[in-house]
Formats: sequence, C-alpha cells, structure tokens
Amino acid sequence: MKLREIVERLELIVVSDGGDPEARVVGGHCGDLLSHVLASARPGELWITVQRHVNVAAVAQVAGLAGVVLADGVRPDDALVSKASADGVAVYASPAPAFELAGRLHRLLAAEGR
Amino acid sequence: MSEPTDVGCGVRRIVHRVAAGDIERGGAASSEVTAELRALGVPAAAARRAGIVAFEGEMNLIVYSTDGGTITVEVTPDAIDLTFEDDGPGIEDVELAMTPGYSTAPEWATDLGFGAGMGLINMRKNSDRFEIDSRPGEGTIVRCRIFRGRS
Amino acid sequence: MKLTELAELIDGAILVGQDRADLEIDRAYAADLLSDVLALTDESTTLVTGLINPQVMRVADILNVVAVVFVRGKHPSDAMLDHARRAGIPVVMTSKTMFETCGRMYENGVRPCRNRPMSGAESVGSSTG
Repeated sequence: MKLREIVERLELIVVSDGGDPEARVVGGHCGDLLSHVLASARPGELWITVQRHVNVAAVAQVAGLAGVVLADGVRPDDALVSKASADGVAVYASPAPAFELAGRLHRLLAAEGR
Repeated sequence: MSEPTDVGCGVRRIVHRVAAGDIERGGAASSEVTAELRALGVPAAAARRAGIVAFEGEMNLIVYSTDGGTITVEVTPDAIDLTFEDDGPGIEDVELAMTPGYSTAPEWATDLGFGAGMGLINMRKNSDRFEIDSRPGEGTIVRCRIFRGRS
Repeated sequence: MKLTELAELIDGAILVGQDRADLEIDRAYAADLLSDVLALTDESTTLVTGLINPQVMRVADILNVVAVVFVRGKHPSDAMLDHARRAGIPVVMTSKTMFETCGRMYENGVRPCRNRPMSGAESVGSSTG
C-alpha cells in the first residue's frame, strides 16, 4: 500500500511533508529505542514511535524508512520538524496510541497481501 | 525496609533508605512501598498513585543525590504522606527543574533511559498536595500527600 | 482473549502464570520508555515492551498491570521473573517484533489502552486527560 493511502486511511496528521507518498510501504516498525530501530528496522517500513526529538529524523533517513508516525498525541520538537523538512523526511502524528496504530497498519498491510 | 511503626494517632510510618547511583535497585523501594500500602488496606487507586510518586522520588534520589536519601511513608486514615529527603547537592533552580523535559541527568542515567525530565512533574501530577524545598549545597526535601479516598 | 490464546497467537512462551490460563487479556499498551509506562491510565492493561531492565517489573507491579509481554526475544532476568511471581503478574515472551506482536493482538480483538497525554507537551489531535 502506498504511503499516501496509509496516511489517509489512518487519518495521520502531516507534520512534515517528505519522503515519497507514492512509495510502497513494506511494513511497520514500533520502537522508541533509537539504537534498536537503527539496527532492526528495514528500508520502506513506517516507523511508529513516541520519541519526539531531532534524532528521529536522522534515524529515519539513515535507515531508509518510509516515514515516522508520532503516536499518542505526542508533539514533535521544533528541531525535529525543521530537520525533517530540510532533509525531506516524512513525519506524521496521531492521537492514537502506538498499539492501535500498529494494529491498524498491520491490518491494512495484511489485507493487501503485502 | 522496616516494619511499619505505629507513631500514635493512627499513623503508621515506614522509612526506606535509597543509595545514590544504585540504578539496579531502582524501583525496589517504591514497589515495596506500594505493597505495604496495599497490605495496609489503602484503596488500589491511591496506592498506585503513591507508588508512582514513590518511584519518581526514588529515581531522583538514585540519580541525583550525593549520598542517597530516605523515603518516609506515613499512612493516616485519610492520606498517605511521602517525604523524600537527601543531603545534597540541592537544586539550583527549582522552577527550572519543574519544567517538562528539563533534565540534569548524567550520561550514565540517560544511557539507561532515565532522566526524561518529567520526574518532579509526575510527582506533582499524582499528588493532591506537593511541596519542594531545596537549598544548593545542603539538600532537598519533597513532600507529597495523596488522599486515600479519591481515585 | 485468554492468556494461553495470546501466547499461541504470538508464538510466545508463558514464563510466569502457567496456572492463569484463563486470564482475560482485553487491553494492551506498547511502550519502550519507562517514562511512558509510568503514565499508563488506570485500566486493566497488558504491557507490551522490549525493555528488560529490572525497573520494568517493579513499575508493572506498582501500576497493577494485568500481564507483561516481552517482545523481540528479550528474556527477562530470573530476578524479574521472581518479582512477577510474587506480584502475581503473568509474563509472556515472544521473539516477534513489537509491530508484529501488536498487530496480531489488535487484529484478534485486543483493544488499545489510552495513555495520559504527556504533561506539558501539547497534544496533537483530541485528548481528554
């Protein structure tokens, strides 16, 4: 499923318009331990986290992730928004908790047969 | 880790000693406090709030105090009073310390995921009464009261 | 769903609480940060986490968590399991990722538990504290 479609279906709020909305999202990644995300997230995955500081953009970029979703109504640091805009990293936000976002994304991807 | 002592007038007091730097034990005192409160018949919601306050206070003693400190729990028919006391280093700017996200946590603590800068705020949030007194070079006392009846 | 059904669903092992097979798991919260876990609302919740430091079990005890699921193949220490036993908190371990674990649980009817909005940070979207 395309990033653009997922953003729509999950009603994600756009924090920073970036990445490639037409790109296929290959999976999801949940996690708040940045070193772990770097080590285990796969390119093309959509990352769900409550971390809100600037390093999130760097990690998303280095790991080649489809984008980042800030869960639980967490508001990004201004520095994160700036860096994401500057580097073209897609950042979204949602009031829904990570568990719910993961569940809904999982269901969308499974329905597509990934 | 002592037995609750009866200090008269229906007040039960328990004192826990917390060592500075002992992150491995982080939360051990506060989970005991929670168990003690439950054993004393404190309603679940109040015991939980007191436990959260105790946890944050305990972590503060571990991460920031020079020489450790004490957690004193006093249980009355109406409320739970938690007092956190240490002899140093004291907080330079209490208002700043109470700002969300502000943290002076050392690297060894942040490396382990602590020091997010919400400790004192969470203590206040979970208390019905909150007081903090600190003198740089002398020490800090934090007093929290949780009413038993309210959830 | 029941505890045993959950373990099966996520190819997990019940490390503590084999005698609580029928325990109902109906709400869950996923968190990797202790500060996040501490803000859990007062609902009967199962914690799903990749954190295996000793504080996690102590905090789960304080918060009266229903059960704890450790993901990513993170094996809690014996001391943590002892604490879980004493506190009466079942523990399940799975090698699946957090995403996959939450995904399967959600698709099988486990509902989300709402966190309290973080103090001081303005929330995005609606929130009723």
